[in-house]
Amino acid sequence: MIPFTLEKVDSPEQAITAAAAGARFIAGGTTLIDLMREEVERPERLVDINALDLDEIYEEDGTLVIGALARMSDIAAHPDVLRLQPLIAESLIEGASPQLRNMASIGGNLLQRVRCPYFRMLDAACNKRTPKSGCAALDGLNSGHAILGTSEHCVATHPSDVAVAFVALDATMRVRGPEGERSFPVEELFRLPGNTPHLEHTLQPGELIVEVRVPGGAYSRRARYLKVRDRASYEFALVSAAAALSIEGGVIREARLAVGGVATRPWRLRACEAALAGRKPGRRAFEEVAQLATEGARPLQHNRYKVELLPRTIVRALEMAGEAA
Amino acid sequence: MATTTVSRFVASKLKSGSRAKASSSSALESIASVRLIVNGETCQLDLDVRQSLLDVLRETLDLTGTKKGCSQGACGACTVLVNGRRVVSCLTIAAMHDGAEIVTIEGLANGGALHPLQTAFIEHEGLQCGFCTSGQIMSGVACIAEGHTRSPEEIKFWMSGNICRCGAYPGIVSAIADAAGRS
Repeated sequence: MIPFTLEKVDSPEQAITAAAAGARFIAGGTTLIDLMREEVERPERLVDINALDLDEIYEEDGTLVIGALARMSDIAAHPDVLRLQPLIAESLIEGASPQLRNMASIGGNLLQRVRCPYFRMLDAACNKRTPKSGCAALDGLNSGHAILGTSEHCVATHPSDVAVAFVALDATMRVRGPEGERSFPVEELFRLPGNTPHLEHTLQPGELIVEVRVPGGAYSRRARYLKVRDRASYEFALVSAAAALSIEGGVIREARLAVGGVATRPWRLRACEAALAGRKPGRRAFEEVAQLATEGARPLQHNRYKVELLPRTIVRALEMAGEAA
Repeated sequence: MATTTVSRFVASKLKSGSRAKASSSSALESIASVRLIVNGETCQLDLDVRQSLLDVLRETLDLTGTKKGCSQGACGACTVLVNGRRVVSCLTIAAMHDGAEIVTIEGLANGGALHPLQTAFIEHEGLQCGFCTSGQIMSGVACIAEGHTRSPEEIKFWMSGNICRCGAYPGIVSAIADAAGRS
């Protein structure tokens, strides 16, 4: 591992000052340490932020508030999360192993790097790791890669499960930086690769994620996360779907739908949501609506199966959501 | 358990690249003074901040029961308990655990008496080559403490972070179910 320095901070201000000067935050470290060992990440200065008082989980007027340092396992088991937003708990439990869930913070989860094998392979071309070096996945093994939101420069999927749930549920995040605090939808944290795939998020230098806020909705209790993968547990998604439905009088009033494993960022499906409103829940409606999800899909040589698997996963997730409550 | 203090300066064990760093201006921040309570024993250590908890356990404290498998957090062979929670020790920096209580496979037995889960692994033949076993048992101890042992399916799901290439899973699952029933 390339040498670096490590310092501990006990106030957000200290953390922000260090980060504004080029330091990297470390919380659980499960992504960062792994990539530092591979020398894909080469930070010179790490700031351990675990002493900051940012791990609370609580309800505020129907909104679920999750501190940035709360661990995946603690969030998934928290009574307020299970009561208000079971979709968040389900997506967390489906992500990573129990050990990693004990370690990984929610802020780090959102900022985790991609799992494209070429990103980790120092002798392969990767525009994300080394800008303008090319993309080895385009002509390489790309069965796990994205079909939506891709560019000719990068086709890696965003690997987080809970981010898909956050985006479906209109979660927002509060960040604090040298210029003060700001809030924005979690969806806006993630950039499309375009011709700058090395720029993954919209945080400014020095900005620290403080918390994620998940507003309650009539659909929050009828919400499920379905993750399709190569083995039954502890594996990244081939396709995943977070679906939430509000049903009144046998008719869908409101729907929320986002998918993972298929796109370069957590992918909200607003056209599907709009098409679901007013329909009677059931396979026929779900199958029609799910076809809208693959509009604009650009499959690669080995991931064409996702064009079929995506609508099927959406249908099943909507059925599961319809049966929940 | 008896508490003793172990103090070792590890810089002499580091490779040449580390020595070059130790002479640079940021040397102070590259070495951290850390107190770990490992299996009840307090250890005062000066660590290079690059050392994983796994490497400190194995190479500094000579507790080689914890195994290095993938070194990427994927296999679970390096599982230990940190403040009662199971973690993969390969993916965490030891210097970030100042004051933490760590339990490794060496800390499970009570004197000469094996931990009930160790006994169950023997009785159910929850291993073949044995390389993953210490990680399986540490993860299993936590799995039982967390209460995720109500069915074989639940045990399998909550033990999914521990891979056994010999395929001893049926014995592993029955050993954990058996020990959970006895505890």
